[in-house]
Amino acid sequence: MAVCVAVIAKENYPLYIRSVPTESELKFHYMVHTSLDVVDEKISAMGKALVDQRELYLGLLYPTEDYKVYGYVTNSKVKFVMVVDSSNTALRDNEIRSMFRKLHNSYTDVMCNPFYNPGDRIQSRAFDSMVTSMMVQVC
Amino acid sequence: MSPTQWDFPVELCCRPMAFVTLTGLDVVYNAVHRAVWDAFCANRRADRVPISFKVLPGDHEYPKCRPKRTSYEWYIPKGILKTGWMNKHLNLVPALVVVFYELDWDEPQWKEKQSECATRVEIVRQSLQGRNTKVAVVLIQKKTPLPPGEDVIASERAAALCNACELSGKSLFVLPHTDHLVGYIIRLENAFYEHAQTYYYTEIRRVKSHKEFLNKTTHQLLFVRHQFKIAFFSELKQDTQNALKNYRTAYNLVHELRAHETNILEIKTMAGFINYKICRLCFQHNTPLDAIAQFRKHIDLCKKKIGSAELSFEHAAWMSKQFQAFGDLFDEAIKLGLTAIQTQNPGFYYQQAAYYAQERKQLAKALCHHEPSVTYPSPDPLETQTGVLDFYGQRSWRQGILSFDLSDPEKEKAGILAVQLKERSVVHSEIIITLLSNAVAQFKKYKCPRMKSHLMVQMGEEYYYAKDYTKALKLLDYVMCDYRSEGWWTLLTSILTTALKCSYLMAQLKDYITYSLELLGRASTLKDDQKSRIEKNLINVLMNESPDPEPDCDILAVKTAQKLWADRISLAGSNVFTIGVQDFVPFVQCKAKFHAPSFHVDVPVQFDIYLKADCPHPIRFSKLCVSFNNQEYNQFCVIEEASKASEVLENLTQGKMCLVPGKTRKFLFKFVAKTEDVGKKIEITSVDLVLGNEAGRCVVLSWQGGGGDAASAQEALQASRSFKRRPKLAAGEVHWDSVVGQASTMIISRVPNISVHLRHDPPALTNEMYCLLVTVESHEKTPIRDVKLTAGLKPGQDANLTQKTHVTLHGTELCDESYPALLTDIPVGDLHPGEQLEKMLYVRCGTVGSRMFLVYVSYLINTTIEEKEIICKCHKDETVTIETVFPFDVAVKFVSTKFEHLERVYADIPFLLMTDVLSASPWALTVVSSELRLAPSMTPVDQLESQLDKVVLQTGESASECFCLRCPSTGNVEGGVATGHYIISWKRTSATENIPAISTVITLPHVIVENIPLHVNADLPSFGRVRESLPVKYHLQNKTDLVQDVEVSVEPSDAFMFSGLKQIRLRILPGTEQEMLYNFYPLMAGYQQLPSLNINLLRFPNFTNQLLRRFIPTSIFVKPQGRLVDDASIAAA
Repeated sequence: MAVCVAVIAKENYPLYIRSVPTESELKFHYMVHTSLDVVDEKISAMGKALVDQRELYLGLLYPTEDYKVYGYVTNSKVKFVMVVDSSNTALRDNEIRSMFRKLHNSYTDVMCNPFYNPGDRIQSRAFDSMVTSMMVQVC
Repeated sequence: MSPTQWDFPVELCCRPMAFVTLTGLDVVYNAVHRAVWDAFCANRRADRVPISFKVLPGDHEYPKCRPKRTSYEWYIPKGILKTGWMNKHLNLVPALVVVFYELDWDEPQWKEKQSECATRVEIVRQSLQGRNTKVAVVLIQKKTPLPPGEDVIASERAAALCNACELSGKSLFVLPHTDHLVGYIIRLENAFYEHAQTYYYTEIRRVKSHKEFLNKTTHQLLFVRHQFKIAFFSELKQDTQNALKNYRTAYNLVHELRAHETNILEIKTMAGFINYKICRLCFQHNTPLDAIAQFRKHIDLCKKKIGSAELSFEHAAWMSKQFQAFGDLFDEAIKLGLTAIQTQNPGFYYQQAAYYAQERKQLAKALCHHEPSVTYPSPDPLETQTGVLDFYGQRSWRQGILSFDLSDPEKEKAGILAVQLKERSVVHSEIIITLLSNAVAQFKKYKCPRMKSHLMVQMGEEYYYAKDYTKALKLLDYVMCDYRSEGWWTLLTSILTTALKCSYLMAQLKDYITYSLELLGRASTLKDDQKSRIEKNLINVLMNESPDPEPDCDILAVKTAQKLWADRISLAGSNVFTIGVQDFVPFVQCKAKFHAPSFHVDVPVQFDIYLKADCPHPIRFSKLCVSFNNQEYNQFCVIEEASKASEVLENLTQGKMCLVPGKTRKFLFKFVAKTEDVGKKIEITSVDLVLGNEAGRCVVLSWQGGGGDAASAQEALQASRSFKRRPKLAAGEVHWDSVVGQASTMIISRVPNISVHLRHDPPALTNEMYCLLVTVESHEKTPIRDVKLTAGLKPGQDANLTQKTHVTLHGTELCDESYPALLTDIPVGDLHPGEQLEKMLYVRCGTVGSRMFLVYVSYLINTTIEEKEIICKCHKDETVTIETVFPFDVAVKFVSTKFEHLERVYADIPFLLMTDVLSASPWALTVVSSELRLAPSMTPVDQLESQLDKVVLQTGESASECFCLRCPSTGNVEGGVATGHYIISWKRTSATENIPAISTVITLPHVIVENIPLHVNADLPSFGRVRESLPVKYHLQNKTDLVQDVEVSVEPSDAFMFSGLKQIRLRILPGTEQEMLYNFYPLMAGYQQLPSLNINLLRFPNFTNQLLRRFIPTSIFVKPQGRLVDDASIAAA
């Protein structure tokens, strides 16, 4: 479903980034990186809202000709970015939301690992396979 | 094929305005005509009607009108829209022709003029044969016309003229050439505008009327054409709503056309035109969302209509143009007040346009790589007879052919080849870069810094492809730091790789080295084999050799570059490159760490420099040097190894100056701090690591401060958070992450080896010369010199304390205000080992409370460290807190002569002043003397001798004195009368002779003085004896200025018999005294009540016996009768 899944640290450096191997990895890196502009803007606009009412899902960040980029931000300002093929019209907002929730849960599991040092790159097999399960359907 | 082939024609992009031609104006030679023309065309503001005017001669030939078709049955259109059509209606065929003619109503030769005018109109009509164009006549007149209806001649002649010219009255105008020219012109204009609208309305009707003759099979193209024309005429009519509606219909019709490879370009071209018009009108109507939706629909419909695969670059070019044009429209709308947002702004369209331009380049590269032997076909299939195409979007070699079959495959091939060869000459990079820079400008505006950086990278890469390496490097270098600071190493590596190629191709040594350093570093995501290659190249460069070319570079460019590198080698000159590493992530990491946050000056300062290399192979450096804020230390902190350049790679692992990848290397430095730097901070300002040989080429990696580069702060933070167990390392090795830098240290003075003791007897007493005995004893092994003592109030306390504390070395005299609170640098000489000296200090504290006193002893001593003799200044300080208390409390009270407490005293009547000195000092005090210094209002009754001289008071003891005083009458003084001062001179009993006594002055309280009318005092012995006469004399003094009537009575008492006046009434004159004599005869022994004297003053009822009792005794002690030797009672016994 997704063609690229990325986890970005609070300081905006990538913690995890994976894209379908069929296309240039670099392109997706750039895409995720540029989407942070919109994420930043949305977060700063959201800053005024009350913390407990905050919606973590940021929605569609920006569309390009071929892809749609969606964003999600945790309360600790870790960002999830997902790139979806534009032609995949079957994906509704709700599906994207639930994918992000799954991603968040899996990320929380990673954080709960006492051997994981927050801020390090994510190298978790469980997280990896979860991401694979999100991406596998397109291949 | 011109590069502007894809650009929209001007007539499409402009705003259509009604076209009106003006004839009969001689704007060159006739000033009046010139003024009229200027009024029409100069300074046309937005509020004027939208008309485009043109001056043409009266006999101008307008485009011929084709004969009207009566039937469309056999007509087959050859294309959708003729290329000249829009221009024709914008600039050639007028909606209205205006004939200007100078004619006044009172013209004498009216007939002739009238017929001339009619001729002119006729000529115009002739040239407009068949067109619906309107004709109007404007008479330029010198006179101001009369109001309509008043000028009979005018209306007659006007009617005649209309008749002669076959004009309706509405088409004849008068333009008086007077002051209000512009006003007349505006009115004329509005009239013209109405005529023009009527014209375009009829044109629309005319085109619509064709519709019924069309059929769906053969006239599909005409449906589009007519719809387009209707829309265009609507626009000319300024009816934009209908124009939009008709364009939308036209757009739908275009897509209903049967598309085939042969006509796809024509369909796309027209679709693009119509789409442009629709979007433009949507923006104009302030419905940007409609515009965006239309554009998206357009793109979605056309994206896949690629057409001929051999010319697929044309499709990319067309797509690129669509996006660019939409971006331009969007941007224009923004300039006119539309607000865009971060996620929907023209930048995205320019970006996409650039993307398609890149695709066009790729496709062109793939499709147009013909052998040099392929020549351009002749005759040129792209040539047309007229030089332009008849219809938009058709192929020049088969214009007007509608068949989908290719009648002439050879011609087709030649045409395609011509197009491909033309495409080769297009400078794609230029187009791409222009589009990208447009997009950059937009994203900058809409807060998208990362998007901007990304586009700049693309621009840089495009410049690289365009072989403009200088510009490429400039752009890449500019954005690199954004990616570096955010830690996107994959992206950074990709940019660096391109940058390295650029610098290689330009043989830019410093850039080449810098990028190599970073590509070898830990931030680079390159594979090890790549890193090895770069490291090898770097070493080659440092050994003054040419590096191997970077992979995937243009072969020609590589050849040029190799030549440049060869030149570099032969050139001597600046071969030392200093590279500040704090802004990037080099392959050597550095940390500096002082062993301690502070060093004593007599101990050598030590610090470590830790280095770690991240490159794949061990690397040798030639020099490591450290710079400090005090540059004198720099010379001590250099490690250098004289090695030949060729040895850089040899003998690697053993060398002292060799960095093995992944291993942390530690270098210890040691130096002796200067004594001047005591109390100062020594900071490492930079660490320089020299790679390569200074004789050949070398690179100085310079870390500012204690090491650290662009990535190390974040890494250190992560490392500090981490609780992973670090793998065990061999002895002597350290784990890089466990090293915490310390880039500065303090130099502190040598530890003093003396003792300072203070002896004193606290607490201090207010104002006394408090003695502090300072004992300094040297425990040094060598003699110490220049011992200096600084003592006194410790600075930094309450400022008032400084005023009230004084220090002196001389205790024999009292110090005053002029003495300081702190004595500085009192020289006390030298001390030999084990010797001690004492110094007495006297402190005078003027107020109570606690104070901190500082005793600071400094001295000089010679010591040796590291075979170097230095003079150290050492110091030791002691502080002591001393409490100051009052030495004693003084209580003062007033009593009557009968020792009764007095609230107030009576004028002229003696009273007693009693002082009570209660010692509060823990130490014995000696009262040297005391003195009562009376105020002038008080007079002593007897001598005021001190009764306390030389009295010693222990703690808690008190000493009292009593003085008999009298206060003369003063009248009624508010607040009482001043009594005076009581001065006590005292010192500690333990103090030596020569210590002066301290005088403490106590201000005595004020006392209220009251006058009384009558004073009575009694003269009587101190005791009586039973049965012995006791004479008592009462003196009654009148203290008033009045004669007093006094009633005196004496009441009998059991203990006494008495003689004298028992009851009397008498008068006492002012100021005089009356004596009353009584003889008492005591009857009983013991303390007996005297017969009480009662006095009653008639004038002063307040004067009571109670008051009287205060002055006269009420009792007396009566002794028993004494026994005489020959007493009768004895005899009786």
